[in-house]
Amino acid sequence: MTIPASRKLWLGYAVAMLWLYVLLWPLIGIKPEGLEFATSTEIWAKLAVVSAILLALWQLKQRGVFDFVSRPAQAASQVFTKAADRVPTWIWLVFVLAGALVFPFLTERYAHDVAISVLVYICLGLGLNVVVGMAGLLDLGYIAFYGVGAYTYALLSVHFGLSFWLCLPLAGAFAAVAGCIIGYPTLRMRGDYLAIVTLGFGEIVRIVLNNWMSLTNGPNGILGIKAPGVYWWQDGKVEHIWLGSLEQLYYVILGLAVCTVVAVYRINNSRIGRAFEAVREDQTAAELMGVNTLGIKLLAYAMGAIFGGLAGAFFASRMRFVSPESFTFIESAMVLAMVVLGGMGSIPGVILGALALIALPEIFRGFELYRMFVFGGVMAMMMLFRPKGLWPAKRMGVRSEEKD
Amino acid sequence: MEVFLQQLVNGITLGGVYALVALGYTMVYGIIQLINFAHGEIFAAGGYMGVILISWMVAQGYPPFVCLGVALVLAMGYCALLAMAVEKLVYKPLRSSSRLSVLLSALGMSIFLQNGLMLTQGVYDRAYPGEMVRGGFEIGGAMVSYMQIVIVGITVVLLVGLNTLVFKTRVGKAMRATAQDKTMSALVGINASRIISMTFAIGAALACAAGIMVGMYYGSVRYDMGFVLGVKAFSAAVLGGIGNITGAMLGGLIIGMIEVFAAGYISSEYKDVFAFIILIGVLYFMPTGIMGENVDDTRV
Amino acid sequence: MTQQPILELKNVSAAYGRIKAIKDISLKVYPGEVVSIIGANGAGKSTTLMSISCVLPITGGEILYDGVRIDGTAPDLLSARGLCQVPEGRRIFPRLTVEENLDMGAFFRKDKAGILHDMNRVFQLFPILQERRRQHGGTLSGGEQQMLAMGRALMSRPRLLLLDEPSLGLAPLIVQQIFRIIREINESDGVTVVLVEQNANLALQASNRGYVLETGNVIMEDDAQALLANPDIRKAYLGE
Repeated sequence: MTIPASRKLWLGYAVAMLWLYVLLWPLIGIKPEGLEFATSTEIWAKLAVVSAILLALWQLKQRGVFDFVSRPAQAASQVFTKAADRVPTWIWLVFVLAGALVFPFLTERYAHDVAISVLVYICLGLGLNVVVGMAGLLDLGYIAFYGVGAYTYALLSVHFGLSFWLCLPLAGAFAAVAGCIIGYPTLRMRGDYLAIVTLGFGEIVRIVLNNWMSLTNGPNGILGIKAPGVYWWQDGKVEHIWLGSLEQLYYVILGLAVCTVVAVYRINNSRIGRAFEAVREDQTAAELMGVNTLGIKLLAYAMGAIFGGLAGAFFASRMRFVSPESFTFIESAMVLAMVVLGGMGSIPGVILGALALIALPEIFRGFELYRMFVFGGVMAMMMLFRPKGLWPAKRMGVRSEEKD
Repeated sequence: MEVFLQQLVNGITLGGVYALVALGYTMVYGIIQLINFAHGEIFAAGGYMGVILISWMVAQGYPPFVCLGVALVLAMGYCALLAMAVEKLVYKPLRSSSRLSVLLSALGMSIFLQNGLMLTQGVYDRAYPGEMVRGGFEIGGAMVSYMQIVIVGITVVLLVGLNTLVFKTRVGKAMRATAQDKTMSALVGINASRIISMTFAIGAALACAAGIMVGMYYGSVRYDMGFVLGVKAFSAAVLGGIGNITGAMLGGLIIGMIEVFAAGYISSEYKDVFAFIILIGVLYFMPTGIMGENVDDTRV
Repeated sequence: MTQQPILELKNVSAAYGRIKAIKDISLKVYPGEVVSIIGANGAGKSTTLMSISCVLPITGGEILYDGVRIDGTAPDLLSARGLCQVPEGRRIFPRLTVEENLDMGAFFRKDKAGILHDMNRVFQLFPILQERRRQHGGTLSGGEQQMLAMGRALMSRPRLLLLDEPSLGLAPLIVQQIFRIIREINESDGVTVVLVEQNANLALQASNRGYVLETGNVIMEDDAQALLANPDIRKAYLGE
């Protein structure tokens, strides 16, 4: 980097830091008792120093100072990837599955809890992936389907005593219907309008759940939901037991998640998946090719909703209690972030995204308060640096102009 | 009849607030085709800055109207700086990216700002000092509080000011020109980046004023007050015709009225739902809005 | 000529994404000339003008205006330096009035008296615009919009005027009027004109020199009269 360009960079940095202070101080330093500069200056100083260091490191990297580290590292990672590609995929899958199966025996309660959450969000992420990643429909109200599924099982269990396994498909069906209802008005809308309308729908569902006291008991929620039940060998004879413990629930959700992964994978590689991709890339062209775009979009909503509904039913059976508080817009945003962060349309990407967004914050438990703050910032910045996500989806085929 | 008049008064007050926030959405969408999700948080930040400044000044012993006036000006400046920072940091670098990318980063920014407010100001409501404008009078059975008069007065001043700026000044014409055809405006010598920054700043200042007034009216502010109001204000912008400034003012008034009347005559728990339903209805039946869109639909 | 060219392109290339639109284009325009760039649709004529106006960044070569490199500068700085373009399709501001459109043409100027004077002159050149001065630009007919676009360009007191397809979609009578005005501003005000046209005959009749573009390359350069007489050009572009 040339000297004048470097000077411009650091001048820009100085201006940005000044701006940061002007924006930060009033929120922290103006109190009725008096004006105070110590706290805000302290925070600002820490931020300024950290960003200065990062900027300097970046500048050095541009100059090639770190090439003695990065070049061998790059070469090593290339060798590693080539070796990894040699191993057929099914071996990796067996590996991962085996690991998932023995996981509960190697860890304690807390880890089980986190793992269950991760798996639930994997189901949600994969479901949203069908809508956003495959069909390209930006749905900001996806959590509504989660809620519909949860409340379906809750009400059926509490009022009619129906078993979990019977309610599972019912929850999926109700969610699918909700998907069609929510999807229908949006079929002709353009991208950003679609986003905000789905957001509106998500909020409508939450408000209705919160206020329809006679049906949903409003903000008090529904208690006394039964856990899944199963007939199993116990003391020599076949008996009905409740799968209430964390390990048992873990296996239930693991099964559900595996089914979801397989289903989404099959959809991705089917004719329907091709149709989704066509609609996502260029709706007009797809229409002209004979794809029933409106029907395909509705199908995407319904399919995505089903996975959300199933996950919701499980959630209700695990918590034994549901309330509208679990189905806010922030949850929709988090599931969306998982899909985007991981890589839209990519199954391993979504799984990675779920791990990153659920497991990682658990490790940094002390910073619980800062979780959403950091999460928002990462989401905003990510579009600048890695818009394709951590594990981008592989494209089917190559564009003609990208060939040369 | 008194109920009707009361609703009318309340509706005008609320409608004015929605109009101010809707203007920010509509101007930004008109010029860069972005739904600025973070705009609702600017509104909330304005409300907070109002509390912060007024609380401090009241503690120093300044009279209420002076507090309000100074706080309004300073807070509007603050929010303008905040919005410009967001634009320069996040939206500008993504100007040539896909619409989805910008939308997602706007979403992220919204969450970032909202939580920033929560971290610096706490999760609980923060109350406006009680000594602010109190009392009122009666007209035909409806109670009009002095606070409502102040709010409507400030709103009218701001709306008239904006109208003058956009339709009568050179800069305003440049703003409209840039919104209609960015490339052509560059060819006649208009610096699009500067105009865009200005648009963000003005929209933020208006939203800030709305935030302060809402805070004073209800007595307190909360870190998440921007979310629902933001969606409603956006609905108002769409109702009036996205990008259309007069439309946003009209749309705000209509949504405010509908919300107040629906809450009064139909149901008050579901009042938020009405704005959402209007949004969905408008986008389904009449996507160009009442007064028509005003966006740049050209290509390079 | 020993004069310095007012505009010079040296091996300029530009692309839209990965699609190369113009490759290695070189041309010179001298002060006071009218130069045409002709060629078929998609030959790269508009791309060339957009590159000169710095709206499209170039991927190679240099663009010099008055001997100074301008490639890479911000497009909004050029009209103040006398370089003005009337792009393809008129592109008047549809929801601004005729008067406001003209005012925008003089946006960078601060001299109120001068602006008023120039606006009156535009109204003299195009009386129909004066009649419609308070109407929104979008309500004007194609020909009126073209006049408005040209009037707007004149409001910036250009020294170099780039015109992209001024005759496109207009009735012959209007086209004649437009070209008459082009000649007038070139002869009486000394404005250098670069004219991009699909209607090669019309363009060359009005020009001193011409460049022929084909799939992004300059394939021929000559005096306008020579090009008009050239049998290959006649066959390919003049409809013989």
